[in-house]
Amino acid sequence: MMGICGVSLPLFIVIYVIAQGLPAINWDFFTSEPAGGLSGDGGISSVIITTLWLVGATLVVTVPLGIGAAIYLAEYARDTWRTEIVRRGVELLAGIPSIVFGLFGLAIFVQVFDLGLSIISGSLTLACLLLPFMIRSTEEAMRSVPRSHREASLALGATRWQMVRSVVLPSALPGIITGIILCAGGAVAESACLYVVMGGSAEMPGTPLDGGRSLAVHIFYLINETNALDKAMATGAVLMVFVLVLNIATRFLSWQYRARVGGKK
Amino acid sequence: MHISRHFVDRVVKHIMLALATLSLLILVLIALYIFREAWPAFKELGLSVFDDKWYPSREAYGIMTMIVGTIVSTTLALFFAVPLSIGCALFLAEVAPPQVAQVARPAVELLVGIPSVVYGMVGVVFLSPIIADISGQGSGSSVLAAGIVLAIMILPTVTSISEDGLRAVPRAYKDASLALGATRWQTIWHVLLPAARSSIVAAVILGLGRAIGETMAMMMVIGNSPQFPHSIFDSARTLTGNIAAEIAHATGLHADVLWACGALLFIMVLGLNTLGILAYRGKIGLPWSRGKSAKGRVS
Repeated sequence: MMGICGVSLPLFIVIYVIAQGLPAINWDFFTSEPAGGLSGDGGISSVIITTLWLVGATLVVTVPLGIGAAIYLAEYARDTWRTEIVRRGVELLAGIPSIVFGLFGLAIFVQVFDLGLSIISGSLTLACLLLPFMIRSTEEAMRSVPRSHREASLALGATRWQMVRSVVLPSALPGIITGIILCAGGAVAESACLYVVMGGSAEMPGTPLDGGRSLAVHIFYLINETNALDKAMATGAVLMVFVLVLNIATRFLSWQYRARVGGKK
Repeated sequence: MHISRHFVDRVVKHIMLALATLSLLILVLIALYIFREAWPAFKELGLSVFDDKWYPSREAYGIMTMIVGTIVSTTLALFFAVPLSIGCALFLAEVAPPQVAQVARPAVELLVGIPSVVYGMVGVVFLSPIIADISGQGSGSSVLAAGIVLAIMILPTVTSISEDGLRAVPRAYKDASLALGATRWQTIWHVLLPAARSSIVAAVILGLGRAIGETMAMMMVIGNSPQFPHSIFDSARTLTGNIAAEIAHATGLHADVLWACGALLFIMVLGLNTLGILAYRGKIGLPWSRGKSAKGRVS
């Protein structure tokens, strides 16, 4: 009984938000800027642009860093206590609350690096936050490549890097892409650290050095500072569609991936 | 010019090592920085940081009310989440036919992907009015609303780890119990749950670690006023909410104390996660989970 109740919860939340949000969604909603301040008027055009900037810039930092670190952990590092420490460290880093990353980002990126309350500061903070997830999913994908493939490649005289590049990475690609999509989803969903490091301006960002608010942060401002519950719900519906699309994409990829790996056995 | 492929191999290895080290460095840097920034607060205020008066404008920086807010809301969350998640896990691992479980599992996992502000928003729009009706006071922003919202947010974490634990219980245990004439419910209650106990405990600890760090949804539904909640219908403020609400305009000692809140969160979450991960792997026998986990026994 409880099980069924728990399982139907996500369905309820998704349908509730989308149903409540739909009435306020129209073409104007997507093309006009929010009024900002204590007024809930206007749409979400600048918010969507900020979110896209944010996701793009975050991925540019996280993806190479995460894949590189994962390649080292999965392929080069021998299983010593040092590798173990790195792996445990990454595992623990994944649990640190977003708001603590926000404090860190505020001190390092906003103040020390002098990037100001900006999209770039937000992206770098998000990159730190999402890095462990990127490393973990890439490493898992690489470890699921059968040992025999690696040995065959090495036996043909390939160096380790040749093996990684031409055997391991292509096989692990769907898993790695899943990781990238999960990171994009994380960047879209995250709010606490961005609330602290991005300034929350409602205006259209000209460059990534301007401040702004992502969809998630915009919802927070609408709920806590205005009475525009309908606009908040509409923004929530847009956000949920983003998240759902990303979620379905990962499911589809991992399903395809499993079918392929399963077929090889 | 010809570059030896073995040279390339060595260069790449060092680049990858540098990237891996950089990732670890971020963790170390965060830890160091937080404690460096929080230190002045402890040096200046000593133990009076833990006072219960929070009036930054009058230079009273006691964070006890926020600690209580965090503890009360997460405890309430566990109160709702633990039975619900174990129910879910039992449903997925034991009761549901495989086809149903296959559809239901991604549905539960979807809860992880829903942004925390969406939970907060649904809490404000849907839950708070109901609570306001029941309690007959205020807007319904309360520790009760916070507890319920948090419970739903940690549901997938606790469910999936508990389910792993239940699945790891050797089949022979279940068969033996059923062969002795126990009903399915008796088997679940007397055999499966005790055998999976350490995984379930680990699941709850990890869920707690997640609940403590939640910020935005809490700021939306808990009312965010720095006071002791005297009943579950009262408003309160969490450590996370305190940082988010005030860091933008805090300077000097005020900012230091907010960093101290961050340091406290960092210690609590790191401690809980370490404990949870160790318990999950069966490396430590928690006092109430008798020795090794079912997982350990299988392998």
